[in-house]
Amino acid sequence: MTSPRLSRRLPFFFILAGAALLLCGSYIGLFVAPPERMMGEVQRLMYVHVPTAWNSMLALTFAFIAALAYLAGGAWKWDARMEAGIEVGVVLAFLLCVQGSIWAKPTWGVWWDWDPRLTTTAVLLLAFAGIIALRRFVDDPGRRATWSAVATIIAFADVPIVYFSVKWWNSLHQLQSTPQTVSSAFHLPLRMNAFGILFLMIGWIMLRSRIAEARLESELAPPPTASRFRDGAHAQLGGSR
Amino acid sequence: MKQLLAALWKEGLLQWNLRSRFFAVAVFGTTSLLLFSFAIGPSAQALRQYSAGFLWLALLLSSTLTLSESFQAETEHRALEGLLLLQASPRALFYGKAIANWLQLALLGMMLVPIMVVLYDAGTADLFRLAGIILLGSAGLSAPGTLYAAMVAQARAQQTLLPLLLFPLVVPVLLASVKATSLLILGDPMGQTGSWIGLLLCFNAIYWSLCGLLFGRVVEDS
Amino acid sequence: MIEAHGISRRYGRRWALIDVSLSIPRGSTTLIAGSNGSGKSTLLRVLATAIRPTLGSATIKGHDLVSARQDVRESVNLLGHAAYSYDPLSALQNLQIAARFLEIESNETALRPLLARVGLEERRHDPVASFSAGMRKRLSIARVLLRTLPVTLLDEPYANLDAAGFTLIDDLISELHGRGSTVLVASHMIDRIAPICDGGVLLESGRIGWTGSVSAMAERIRSIPDATPPRTEQ
Repeated sequence: MTSPRLSRRLPFFFILAGAALLLCGSYIGLFVAPPERMMGEVQRLMYVHVPTAWNSMLALTFAFIAALAYLAGGAWKWDARMEAGIEVGVVLAFLLCVQGSIWAKPTWGVWWDWDPRLTTTAVLLLAFAGIIALRRFVDDPGRRATWSAVATIIAFADVPIVYFSVKWWNSLHQLQSTPQTVSSAFHLPLRMNAFGILFLMIGWIMLRSRIAEARLESELAPPPTASRFRDGAHAQLGGSR
Repeated sequence: MKQLLAALWKEGLLQWNLRSRFFAVAVFGTTSLLLFSFAIGPSAQALRQYSAGFLWLALLLSSTLTLSESFQAETEHRALEGLLLLQASPRALFYGKAIANWLQLALLGMMLVPIMVVLYDAGTADLFRLAGIILLGSAGLSAPGTLYAAMVAQARAQQTLLPLLLFPLVVPVLLASVKATSLLILGDPMGQTGSWIGLLLCFNAIYWSLCGLLFGRVVEDS
Repeated sequence: MIEAHGISRRYGRRWALIDVSLSIPRGSTTLIAGSNGSGKSTLLRVLATAIRPTLGSATIKGHDLVSARQDVRESVNLLGHAAYSYDPLSALQNLQIAARFLEIESNETALRPLLARVGLEERRHDPVASFSAGMRKRLSIARVLLRTLPVTLLDEPYANLDAAGFTLIDDLISELHGRGSTVLVASHMIDRIAPICDGGVLLESGRIGWTGSVSAMAERIRSIPDATPPRTEQ
């Protein structure tokens, strides 16, 4: 797209910008923004929790799109992108589950409260961790790419079904409201962190898919050509008996 | 259609010749039901309350055996590849296998019901509806399970991979089936069974079509 | 009939087939020779569309192996290494399954002559699991005989067979030749096959080492007892 040098450095720009935004946003969230009326200081966790949630979903959606693109066209770069999307999505989903537990303990007195969104994330985390394991166990690059693309599509189609099933299953539990009617003091750090994590995620996916592409390149490297047995390269077979 | 009939005929022959395997799985399911009661203790009331969950967990655990075994005969001498080279339709092969697995799991589920009644004192008079729930639930296990079983049968470490991939995916099936069965056993004052059955129908509609579409990509070398 | 351009196939990190280009005319019978592991089976499996070439392309009757896989399958018959059979089922049932998927006559009376030809008529109701390697091979041959196609690929057809089986294969090859089929035979039985082959390809470590007339190839193989070249560096 642009000069090769710029595109090589692009992920680092994203990571730097993301880290800077995340630092500022977290500072504002922790020290500048007023504590929330009902939940108090615990609520400050929301400034990283909600952005993590958005971005983990975004990373997995990206993996899903990459899986569709791979199955449709068979271009290897989409396999690399899918691998990156899945791994980054899984790490973010794991962080999300950890943050969810930290949030739940002081708020409801339990580490896990079976909130539909969080439970869906946990299910997704396991489903996509399974796909990472599948990729490890398949040596052939073509099979690995096709199978993990199929598994990604299947797992992703499950997201809304898991969400609704957990929601109905847990319908006795009151759905907690994400603070939406709050003052702009809450919005600023939330948005900064959302973009911070988004940029981090983009840079990270770019770097990770670069690694995956390098591995694919070595796996798909053409066979050695120099050989003393190459004289009869193109065989013409006569019809005479 | 002819292809599907051929696939079903093939599955029928295979299942009939391997029927002893089915009984081994049934014994495994029964054993798990027995073991679950030890985890809860002998309180009859608690056992009755959790009986539906135990039934479906036993079926889920047994399903990994049924599903992974179902591709053993296919990969042993590359029989599946042989059929593909004869231009057999991958979709027909998938639906044949998925239907065979579905019926097997449903039969297994129905065989576990009397054991659940005896062990947990959890029965219902509405056997018709219970059979329907078991049919729907096992269909939900079978469609994605068959696709994943085809995949892992050709991969290393197949024993570990199948549950790893399948279990998170079928969380909604498990939830809906357990809830619907439980409401049937313990009573359904709020009339919620319908929405759980709707969820199962929805899951089945999505996965029976999606997996049929994708199966060809899984079994062909790529 | 068969045109291959630089086919390579990789298993994991190992290249089983490297840069194989072939052009095989219609109606010819070609011997594919080479020591164990030289890529004979891989080449035939690629041509039969059982596996994809990692690199390169090939056409059979003008149909591409990858993009027109189903058209290729319509004209290629493979007698492979794998038996392609279901162990728990009987020989007859195995053939019936194949016939049903081919949508041809699949009742016992229609398939019995086939089983008789490969010498399995007596044992047709026994499960394949109880068969010896040679009997499995005979069942595979019956499977190949279900269809008559323009291209037939035979992977070590003589392996595991007895003297009667050898004759069966000889007859099969000359019958195919008489019908104008294009036949590729991968075999170690060079002296046996040489008289009925039009040409030969010698595979060495996955590459084409030599092509030409079969008698000259037999000479060459005899002159070098170990035709396997040293492993080239990756």
